[in-house]
Amino acid sequence: MSENVKDKVIAIIAEQAVLDVSDVSLTSTLEELGIDSLGLVESIFAIEEAFDIQVPFNANDPSESDFDISSVATIVKAIEGLVAEQNA
Amino acid sequence: MKRVVITGQGSINALGHTADATMQAMRDGRSGIGPLDVRDVDRLSIKIGGQVTGYTPEDHFTRQQIALYDRFTQFALLAANEAIAQSGLTFDGELAYEAGVVLGTAGGGLSTSDENFRTVYEEGKNRVHPFVVPRLMNNAAASHVSMVHNLMGPSFTVATACASSNHAMGQAFQMIRSGASRVMITGGSESMLCFGGIKAWEGLRVMSRDACRPFSANRNGMVQGEGAGVFVFEEYEHAKARGAEILAEVIGFAMTSDASDIVMPSKQGAARAIAGAIRDAGLNPQDVDYINAHGTGTAANDKTECAAVVDVFGRHADKLMISSTKSMHGHLIGGTGAVELLACIMALRDGIVAPTIGYEEADPECTLDVVPNVAREVTVNVALTNAFAFGGLNAVLALRKFG
Repeated sequence: MSENVKDKVIAIIAEQAVLDVSDVSLTSTLEELGIDSLGLVESIFAIEEAFDIQVPFNANDPSESDFDISSVATIVKAIEGLVAEQNA
Repeated sequence: MKRVVITGQGSINALGHTADATMQAMRDGRSGIGPLDVRDVDRLSIKIGGQVTGYTPEDHFTRQQIALYDRFTQFALLAANEAIAQSGLTFDGELAYEAGVVLGTAGGGLSTSDENFRTVYEEGKNRVHPFVVPRLMNNAAASHVSMVHNLMGPSFTVATACASSNHAMGQAFQMIRSGASRVMITGGSESMLCFGGIKAWEGLRVMSRDACRPFSANRNGMVQGEGAGVFVFEEYEHAKARGAEILAEVIGFAMTSDASDIVMPSKQGAARAIAGAIRDAGLNPQDVDYINAHGTGTAANDKTECAAVVDVFGRHADKLMISSTKSMHGHLIGGTGAVELLACIMALRDGIVAPTIGYEEADPECTLDVVPNVAREVTVNVALTNAFAFGGLNAVLALRKFG
């Protein structure tokens, strides 16, 4: 399940960044991938749709959100948590 | 160049149903933001807004009129009626041929669209009311104002998102200043507080769930409002000759485009618009006492706007006052600049500067005097009003105390 979440999130991020999945690593930051604030909001929308979850993210102040976007790994971890909550 | 003065004002918004009631609420630092009363509110994640409350269309319009008037048109008509009544003008003869209406709106008859999409998509009906198009079109409000008041000169609608009203009032100002018309009715109107209107804004994730706190470190986004503000702009000699009461003088206007990003504001674009309005008014930056900020309560706007003000004013930035009344009436999108012009008129005419309410924590990136929480009594000779729209379209007006 977890592997599945990770792969799906990376696929969504790769699509947003117009990159191959193989070019997106867990340590990549959104900035490195060339995803700006609008691209981030779009990625989160795609993630919400893919997993049928609500991501607590306020674009006004991403650092204040409960959702850590500092790297692909933190995003995957947060989504895994939200998916687990959803299934609990 | 002709001088341009304001001889009438009207408004309806979350703070009140008249311009006077709105100014009173601004003086009191009262918030008009509260729980939204719209259909399917349980399916919204944003449940607050600056809604016009205690409003019954039947108190103001006949059944036939209501069939033709979307809520944004109703608001525009009520505000225009108030402004024109105050000015004491009637439009006939030559004046009627040159006087026109320029109004701003972003969404036009959005609630008409919303309701009728429901009818055909959700309810599966195959027939809609015959007046859907004349209700929803963006120029409906300007056209109805022209019809009710016999204004046969240049009339049109300006749609530049959150700067629509300022762009509209700028056009009216320039038409009088150039001598094209002696009187223009101008301002803006918006009624986006319907399910579809709010849902669309939710998508951007820039909305606050609890309050609009511009310039405060703990701000968390914007809050939508609704309503209208309409003014009578008049050529000074014409106003003087008939002994009209003059509320303030409009002395400058500038517009710029960021040409950079569809949603993120640019300091340079904002600064060029502010500096341009000052230059157009023939003033120096240190002549400006008060700025009615765009001040949406989003991190992106507030930081950029403060930085732009510092760029233009240098050391004088610490001496001037800048407040955002969106903290009280919410963001009226295409109508917002018009309602905010009331704060400028109040500052110039009455010497009362409207506060930025909800201000709780200082932000090192917004260190200007934002007139926190309480209105201030002080003489204001020159005021600016900022509007910076999505799409990078900026419009700033400059006004002067009259007399």
